[in-house]
Amino acid sequence: MKAQRLGAWIAVILGASYFVIPLIGTIEFSLRMRRGEYSFDAYESVFSDIQFRETFGYSMLMALLTIVFGMLLVVPTAYWVRLRLPQMRPVVEFITLLPLVIPAIVIVFGYLRMYNSSSYLPLTGSTTGTNILLVFSYITLSLPYMYRAVDTAMRAIDVRTLTEAAESLGARWTTILFKCIFPNVMSGVLSGAFITLAIVMGEFTFAALLNRPAFGPYLQLVGANKAYEPSALAVIAFSITWLSMGLLNLVSRFGKAAPAKA
Amino acid sequence: MSTVSTPMVSSAPLINRDRVIDWLGIAPFIIFSLLFLIIPTLYLVAGAFLTPEGDLTLKNIGDLFTPSIISAYWISIRVSVASALGGALIGFFLAWAVVLGGLPSSVRSTLLTFSGVASNFAGVPLAFAFLATLGRTGLVTFLLREWFGFNLYGTGFNLLSFFGLTITYMYFQIPLMVLILTPALDGMKKEWREASQILGATNRQYWTMVAMPILWPSLLGTTLLLFANAFGAIATAFALTGSSLNIVPILLYAQIRGDVLHNANLGYAIALGMIVITGVSNVLYLMLRMRAERWQK
Repeated sequence: MKAQRLGAWIAVILGASYFVIPLIGTIEFSLRMRRGEYSFDAYESVFSDIQFRETFGYSMLMALLTIVFGMLLVVPTAYWVRLRLPQMRPVVEFITLLPLVIPAIVIVFGYLRMYNSSSYLPLTGSTTGTNILLVFSYITLSLPYMYRAVDTAMRAIDVRTLTEAAESLGARWTTILFKCIFPNVMSGVLSGAFITLAIVMGEFTFAALLNRPAFGPYLQLVGANKAYEPSALAVIAFSITWLSMGLLNLVSRFGKAAPAKA
Repeated sequence: MSTVSTPMVSSAPLINRDRVIDWLGIAPFIIFSLLFLIIPTLYLVAGAFLTPEGDLTLKNIGDLFTPSIISAYWISIRVSVASALGGALIGFFLAWAVVLGGLPSSVRSTLLTFSGVASNFAGVPLAFAFLATLGRTGLVTFLLREWFGFNLYGTGFNLLSFFGLTITYMYFQIPLMVLILTPALDGMKKEWREASQILGATNRQYWTMVAMPILWPSLLGTTLLLFANAFGAIATAFALTGSSLNIVPILLYAQIRGDVLHNANLGYAIALGMIVITGVSNVLYLMLRMRAERWQK
């Protein structure tokens, strides 16, 4: 038993160093810009770059739109499948898993061929159209996570009883959806939202091939041209992921505690 | 293309108001996934079997077997297999350590939270992190030289290579393995171990004759998932190596950008090849997962 515990500690320490050393390396490198001493010069340089602010803001906006429209698509679908079409469940679940199977680069390749300026739906012909296509592509990309999160939250509530109670009080379907269902699956909506935020903020493939000024392609550009700024950006990007996942953990813990009160 | 699965309602009366409303409820989802997921993919698959003029052909598939494309697939497969096996092996030991190693529970929750973050820390920033650590002027490279007089790059090591890409990918592969395998190890019942001990089994016998036969579908299945995960990834490799390492996603990226192969339909065939490879490994993963779940009832 003693040897086993020792082995376990060794495994965890080795594994932890694999995760932590690159982080330390990145932080150390990002502080090295000024010769001979540590400084925050790289961060200053990043934050004063107008392109950083623009691309960061753009990606943030895309993430918000993705979350709002994604949830408007996913929550009613998950609700309807549970309530009226349980036989479609495997089909819907299968579709939501497809974005994990089909590589992103393949999906965007299909978009570029199907929605080019000479097609029936020339989305890539205008800036607005391309922005819409980018949001849709991000919804597709986060479908597996959003659907899973919402569906798990929906399992914890009795959809049928809630609906019947609301109906017998004369609620319209919009009221049922937005005042009964959405608030009850909020923990799922929020955890789906945070993982979507983490994915969209760093996403590269879609944004680069659709030629949109997003954070991912900006990172790549800086990486190809500067020395210390990329490390500072990596630290910032890691903090965003860390923050999103931290909030996700908080929300799911809160979500678990909530039904007990009811 | 926006008709909503009409064949599936054929068992009901032809016009039934409730039925129609039922199907209308998921119509937005079905239309969305057809337009932005399924049809774009099928469009490429169909294009792989057409000439630029629109005639049926198998030439594009045949053209995949030219040396430059084969070598791209081969490097991609090697990197994906190596990072999946490495990730699976290390991830297994980590999951074993926190589930069965008798460590304090705080270690377990820390590792799982961290795995959730690290498995999502991919793409361009991951490449920056490894360049800052193991690049020519990276911290580890520097410390090895200063402290031990060991010149990492003197050994022929290069971060911008097969090996470098593999260890970079393992940064998100290991945590993914930990996240998926921890529940599987949690499902190993204490009674199985006790029963085998009462019957006089050694630790080794327990692992080879009880634990592994139960765990292998999870292990193999997750490894396949990691393989597919690495195979489709592009951003990390692109930021790390530019276009110097010729893996399939980067080749396809170059083809989309500038038709480097001088045949648009050959690009579709490359995409089809990627779908087939990730598709097969995912289907096998699902089959193995179903098998693994037999023991979790």
